[in-house]
Amino acid sequence: MSGARLSKAGTWAIVCIVLACYSEPAEAHLNSTGMGPACDGLLHFLTSPEDLVPALALALLAGLRGIEFGRRASLTLPAAWLLGSLIGMTAAVSAGSALLSSLWFLLMGALVITDARLSLRMVTALAALLGLTHGYLNGAGMSLSGIVLIALAGLVSGVFVLTVLASALVTRAQAQWARVAVRVAGSWIAASGLLMLGWSLRKG
Amino acid sequence: MRLKRRRGWLLVLVALTAFWPRAAFAHVMQSEGAGLLTGLRHPISGVDHVLAMVAVGLWGAQLGAPAIWVLPVAFPLVMAMGGMLGLMGVPLPGAELGIAASAILLGAAVAVELRPPLLLATLLVGAFAIFHGYAHGAELPAGQSPLLYSMGFVMATGCLHGVGIGIGTVHRWTWGRKWLRLAGCAIAAGGCFFLWKALA
Repeated sequence: MSGARLSKAGTWAIVCIVLACYSEPAEAHLNSTGMGPACDGLLHFLTSPEDLVPALALALLAGLRGIEFGRRASLTLPAAWLLGSLIGMTAAVSAGSALLSSLWFLLMGALVITDARLSLRMVTALAALLGLTHGYLNGAGMSLSGIVLIALAGLVSGVFVLTVLASALVTRAQAQWARVAVRVAGSWIAASGLLMLGWSLRKG
Repeated sequence: MRLKRRRGWLLVLVALTAFWPRAAFAHVMQSEGAGLLTGLRHPISGVDHVLAMVAVGLWGAQLGAPAIWVLPVAFPLVMAMGGMLGLMGVPLPGAELGIAASAILLGAAVAVELRPPLLLATLLVGAFAIFHGYAHGAELPAGQSPLLYSMGFVMATGCLHGVGIGIGTVHRWTWGRKWLRLAGCAIAAGGCFFLWKALA
């Protein structure tokens, strides 16, 4: 310290103490508190494999096809998901969601395995259809309110970020083995879909 | 000076991270999440399953491209079909015998470095995959998520193929080829043991 001026270390110490005094409780158990609607929406997407995996498969497919396909899928899927959710909110029925999800697993997995050479229009249509279907299933049973809309924003952001990251990662992967690895992942997705189909048929 | 400034920013970052505790979300509140772990554990818990999965990877590595990735792609798919048959209650007699036979024949194929056409190799692997899926695909404990269980089961199976392929890379060396053939013999012997157990 020189004169009346605080040294840098002193300033940091004060900053740290102030921050420490303003620390919030950890709230590690979320039964009652929740994480806020936006995070709830995001977490719903990230912890629901029936939504997450088909979106990931679409991103892989778009990534295998190239940058333009990835960009288109990244914009179309979240937009369609949002639209589907809003439409779903007007309906109260969400029957057959397991069957639909397993069919999406199968379709998207099969397209990734075969590295299907779809046109940009086809990939866009697939993204729109996937987003509308899953958005509808997410929205069904919800009632339109401010909190739900914020949750929806969190969910759609999750869809966007996942699609952008996964498609960009695959687009960058030029090595033959990397493309093969993506196609193997497609076989895992399709196989999971087949088993899921079995489970849903058994329940029915 | 620049280094000091960097250290300063780092200090701010550390302080912010330390003093802004957030939720840990450490406890899975439902038993559904356990489905993934059960699925991941299931293929590894049965030695008969492990032997056949690793043998598929070893054989793929011996055969080289494109079999090295066609076989591990075909196996989970056909295995899932077998699982579907089991879930729908379609009878498949002798599933345990089929699993033991898969270890014997796939082990033997590795031991003698059998090189059939790709289609034949895929059909052989696929035929055995049905038995594996049928016997193990439907063994979901109550209260767990079927989807997560299925995903875990498929991923663990795929990883076992990966282990086989990884070991099979020694095929490029002469000593490696010998060891691989020896490993094939060991797998076939293991299959014989499981066949004896299934028949007993």
